[in-house]
Amino acid sequence: MPLALSPTTVPVVVDDAKCIADKGCTVCVDVCPLDVLRISDLTGKAYMKFDECWYCMPCETDCPTGAVTVNIPYLLR
Amino acid sequence: MDNFVEGLTEVTCDVLVIGGGTAGPMAALKAKQKNPALNVVLLEKANVKRSGAISMGMDGLNNAVVPGYATPEQYTKEITIANDGIVDQAPVYKYASRCYEIIEELDRFGIRFQKNANGDFDLKKVHHLGTYVLPMPNGDTVKKALYRQLKRERILISNRFMATRLLTAREGRIAGAVAVNTRSAEFLVLRAKTVILCMGAAGRLGLPHSGYLFGTYENPTNSGDGYAMAYHAGAALANLECYQINPLIKDYNGPACAYVAGPFGAYTANSEGKRFIESDYWSGQMMQEFYNELQSGKGPVFLKLNHLHPDTVGEIEEILHKVERPSRGRFHEARGTDYREKMIEMHISEIGFCSGHSASGVFVDEFARTTVPGLYAAGDMASVPHNYMLGAFTNGAVAGEHAAEVAQEIDLPDYDPDFVRLERVRVLAPTRREDGIPPNQLEYKARRLVNDYLQPPKVTAKMQIGQARLADVREDFETALVVRNAHELMRALEVSSILDCADMAAHASLYRTESRWGLYHHRVDYPDKDDDNWFCHTLLSKVDGRMTSEKRAIQPYVVPIETEERSAYDRLRVLNQA
Ligand SMILES: Cc1cc2nc3c(=O)[nH]c(=O)nc-3n(C[C@H](O)[C@H](O)[C@H](O)COP(=O)(O)OP(=O)(O)OC[C@H]3O[C@@H](n4cnc5c(N)ncnc54)[C@H](O)[C@@H]3O)c2cc1C
Ligand code: SF4
Ligand code: SF4
Repeated sequence: MPLALSPTTVPVVVDDAKCIADKGCTVCVDVCPLDVLRISDLTGKAYMKFDECWYCMPCETDCPTGAVTVNIPYLLR
Repeated sequence: MDNFVEGLTEVTCDVLVIGGGTAGPMAALKAKQKNPALNVVLLEKANVKRSGAISMGMDGLNNAVVPGYATPEQYTKEITIANDGIVDQAPVYKYASRCYEIIEELDRFGIRFQKNANGDFDLKKVHHLGTYVLPMPNGDTVKKALYRQLKRERILISNRFMATRLLTAREGRIAGAVAVNTRSAEFLVLRAKTVILCMGAAGRLGLPHSGYLFGTYENPTNSGDGYAMAYHAGAALANLECYQINPLIKDYNGPACAYVAGPFGAYTANSEGKRFIESDYWSGQMMQEFYNELQSGKGPVFLKLNHLHPDTVGEIEEILHKVERPSRGRFHEARGTDYREKMIEMHISEIGFCSGHSASGVFVDEFARTTVPGLYAAGDMASVPHNYMLGAFTNGAVAGEHAAEVAQEIDLPDYDPDFVRLERVRVLAPTRREDGIPPNQLEYKARRLVNDYLQPPKVTAKMQIGQARLADVREDFETALVVRNAHELMRALEVSSILDCADMAAHASLYRTESRWGLYHHRVDYPDKDDDNWFCHTLLSKVDGRMTSEKRAIQPYVVPIETEERSAYDRLRVLNQA
């Protein structure tokens, strides 16, 4: 039973221009209770890797540069 | 990150606290303060800085027993009545007597509570009988304040470790726990003299109406691991058939929240804008009336604020859109809903276990002791009813102090290394497969079955079908589950807890052949309350490897309840609905 790719639109977006993960910041990744954010190997910026979000907002609140925006997951919107 | 790393580390401590949300940090602090020489470890699946129900903060204390407003006797009485009398009063009374001291301590930590012009705490009436709600104007500081205290007391914190099973010594005494790193799958064996479980509610049991697995009322990290671990360690769990079901904003699935808006004049209404319940305080009886209205021609149900002055609404928004669930304003904005103009559609939540709002959980006495020697539980997963946040703090403190006292008296118990070996095999099995069923699909199916077959109104034949269908999912879990990284492994282990909790929900619900606690245990084929046979607790536990339920007598009341007082919560429907 091979696995297929099922795309979803993620609720949390990061503004690459503002994100300073390339300077060592990992705050949003550290605080997220669901552990769904990661720093991309490709861009060096934070992004939402897993669509498993409680729309609780520590990531946005604690980001030092205001790079994170939490939207309501599409299924609830 | 997320790649599998082989490895096992063994750590030894005196007191192990599992779960660093609300009760856990307080338990760890109090254990350390009781005896600073003790080695106290706080283990957390997420990050203590922002974990648990209070991740972003709280709007208020829902059950503060403050001198001048209420006495411990009055509170104990109200909670007993609200739970149809199925209450051991000793732990409730103890909470009610100690919680004021904890409020003052939290106030000193910098979490300030609302005060009136005289400098006294300013409580609001939301419950049916007494006055217990204390607003927290700077409720967003809770986690930061707790974290500061943990650092000050030098508590050892281990973040991103998910506990999977408890270790027991030969004679049944607790000996520690096994945990798995959520980003590498490395194992941690924590040996301890006493263990305190503070892993929150079973919040991922039912499937939210939106279909989004993580769109739950509870913080979805709380997947019921604590209940499953306690069960497998042989602890008894009380009254699990008394589910948690909450009245929420539809789809958003957060509190509406009449506790905040009620004191300003808002209320729960039907589609005609009329009040239909006397009290917005969450109880099974209130939920039954809510459900009836939802199903009736006057449904659905709404939170009504549009009769209030726009400035008042602004004041309410200032609280509701800032602290507890701050994304709520965005939800309304995206739909173009304004409290000033329209009523807000509400719905009932998925089912879960949670003593924070309801009454079931790992059975504990007034010292937070479970039935396993050396094992404690506090907060949403322990059986003290209507605990809420202050209950988590207060009973966490009770557990921490007692666990420290015991730990300083005993030697480190031995554990069985073979148990750890087998646990590694169990945990890592889905990492050994090349293909199969991913955890998100298994989880969706299990929780969809919970909705279809286990949520009230409960019907015997349906629950039995549910048990059989869930057994099939369990078989898939054991034979076909596949995970590709450590993050998926965490989700897979959570599904294991969800399946255990679903089995416990079905088993406990089938055992109690009567209806009680309003909607929470509404059995259509046993519609009446049967005090002659069921005025008792039910305790579920694992006996010789099998799930078993038994009755347990209610301890004699400390605070007597008059016969005419007993039914106060049965009369919640507004009588004159003209
Ligand atoms: C949306 C919402 C609003 C609420 N509003 C109020 C309010 O206004 N007033 C009030 O008094 N109460 C309120 N409550 C209730 C109150 O917040 C809870 O009763 C209380 O916080 C529960 O504390 P706890 O320690 O039991 O659980 P939590 O604070 O949730 O902590 C549980 C912790 O255990 C961790 N954990 C889970 N599984 C594992 C594992 N396997 N290994 C390691 N760690 C694990 C979790 O990550 C989490 O940090 C609200 C609850 C919710 C969900
Ligand atoms: S917290 Fe902000 S700046 Fe830091 S990694 Fe995340 S998005 Fe980037
Ligand atoms: S909103 Fe909450 S769950 Fe979602 S990414 Fe941010 S911190 Fe994580």
